[in-house]
Amino acid sequence: MFDFLDSGQYDLLGAFWVTVRLTVYSAIGSLIWGTLLAGMRVGPIPLMRAFGTGYVNVVRNTPLTIVVVGCSLGLHQTLQITFGGGDSADIGFRMAVLGLVAYTGTFVCEALRSGINTVPMGQAEAARALGLGFFQVLTLIILPQAFRSVVAPLANVLIALTKNTTVASAIGVAEASLLMKEMIENEANALFAIFAVVAFGFMVLTLPTGLLLGWVAKRVAVKR
Amino acid sequence: MSGVAKTKGPGDDVPVSGDLVALSGVNKHFGALHVLQDIDLTIARGEVVVVIGPSGSGKSTLCRTINRLETIDSGAISIDGKPLPQEGRELARLRADVGMVFQSFNLFAHKTVLENVMLGQLKVRRTEKKAAEEKARALLDRVGVGSQCDKYPAQLSGGQQQRVAIARALAMDPKVILFDEPTSALDPEMINEVLEVMQQLARDGMTMVVVTHEMGFARSAANRVVFMADGRIVEEAAPEEFFSNPRSDRAKDFLSKILHH
Repeated sequence: MFDFLDSGQYDLLGAFWVTVRLTVYSAIGSLIWGTLLAGMRVGPIPLMRAFGTGYVNVVRNTPLTIVVVGCSLGLHQTLQITFGGGDSADIGFRMAVLGLVAYTGTFVCEALRSGINTVPMGQAEAARALGLGFFQVLTLIILPQAFRSVVAPLANVLIALTKNTTVASAIGVAEASLLMKEMIENEANALFAIFAVVAFGFMVLTLPTGLLLGWVAKRVAVKR
Repeated sequence: MSGVAKTKGPGDDVPVSGDLVALSGVNKHFGALHVLQDIDLTIARGEVVVVIGPSGSGKSTLCRTINRLETIDSGAISIDGKPLPQEGRELARLRADVGMVFQSFNLFAHKTVLENVMLGQLKVRRTEKKAAEEKARALLDRVGVGSQCDKYPAQLSGGQQQRVAIARALAMDPKVILFDEPTSALDPEMINEVLEVMQQLARDGMTMVVVTHEMGFARSAANRVVFMADGRIVEEAAPEEFFSNPRSDRAKDFLSKILHH
């Protein structure tokens, strides 16, 4: 039943390696972008607050496929932006990461903002009373405590991101789900086995993520 | 109740140029509530002013306007001759010179006791790390929690936390320290350990504004007692004078309720 794996025709590990790379780059990018967005949304400058709110509400409510295809067709093919050239596979990969970061950043931002709300007012007041400026209060006092309280929700975002990388197949990035499509076309008789293998592959990636971050969440929780 | 009964206190002997904190004509509203009404108050260098009054009289708000944690609607506040600036770098610089101790301690929960006392020195004063640590340890010893340096705030008792908070304020070498009900969240048995530290500070000549319900502290450590009710300063006097011979009916009423039971 699983003979299609032995044929050597399909580079399953290679495809999942692309999935892993998409996930890791996008996770790092969304963490940074989401933190910046959260900083804008809680900051004192009205223009940045408005931008943060507007961006989050527009992008969060746009289907990921549209964001990713928009990056590829709009930025790459229409505006010729390639972020460093290379062959079309490299460019496609970068466009997928960009789309995933733009999209997932909004969820990181909102998770982080709920974390900021768990930090008592007094923490910021005490920091301001010491003479720390807004940026220092945010980066030294508020965000470190906010991050600790949202490790579990961020784990959810990371798991969703891992699975969302399959959308990159829409612009031809050779990750796991694109290979799955190819396998289904060639091995229609093993349809359910193919589903099972790919689903199992994703679980191998996401289950440990959830368990590990659940453990981290408990370890880093701020005691009050 | 109208009009401020003023008695000569030790602060009045200091020339005007010695005033460290000066509030004049300060007004503040919370919605329809007029929490601060035409507040005039000056605090001289080295003076210990205790603010007392019933709940909701505006004493905490008054304390918090001095470093602009609360903004004011009208009037003027100056510290060491400089008017309080708008939010921004200037204000941060000024706040570094004004220590504050809160009712709920507000120690940074994710940092150790030692890091709490070092943070302001490192990030605001830009002190070298080694010097900052030495000073932090010395201050923690001074307030009697030197052995708790590596613990997190949640592992300390309330009294210990508040003493760390005092050390954190002292680490900035402030010109004045504001105490906003520093013992109100403490178990009765821990109040004294905090008051003793405060009394020592007062003896050392620190300028202090203390909002409190501890009449014993007011009697023993204050140069001047300010009595507030309904957003106004009703009476200002030296502590013996105020407690033995209050002038306003409002103060008499307040004292009769808290002193005789």
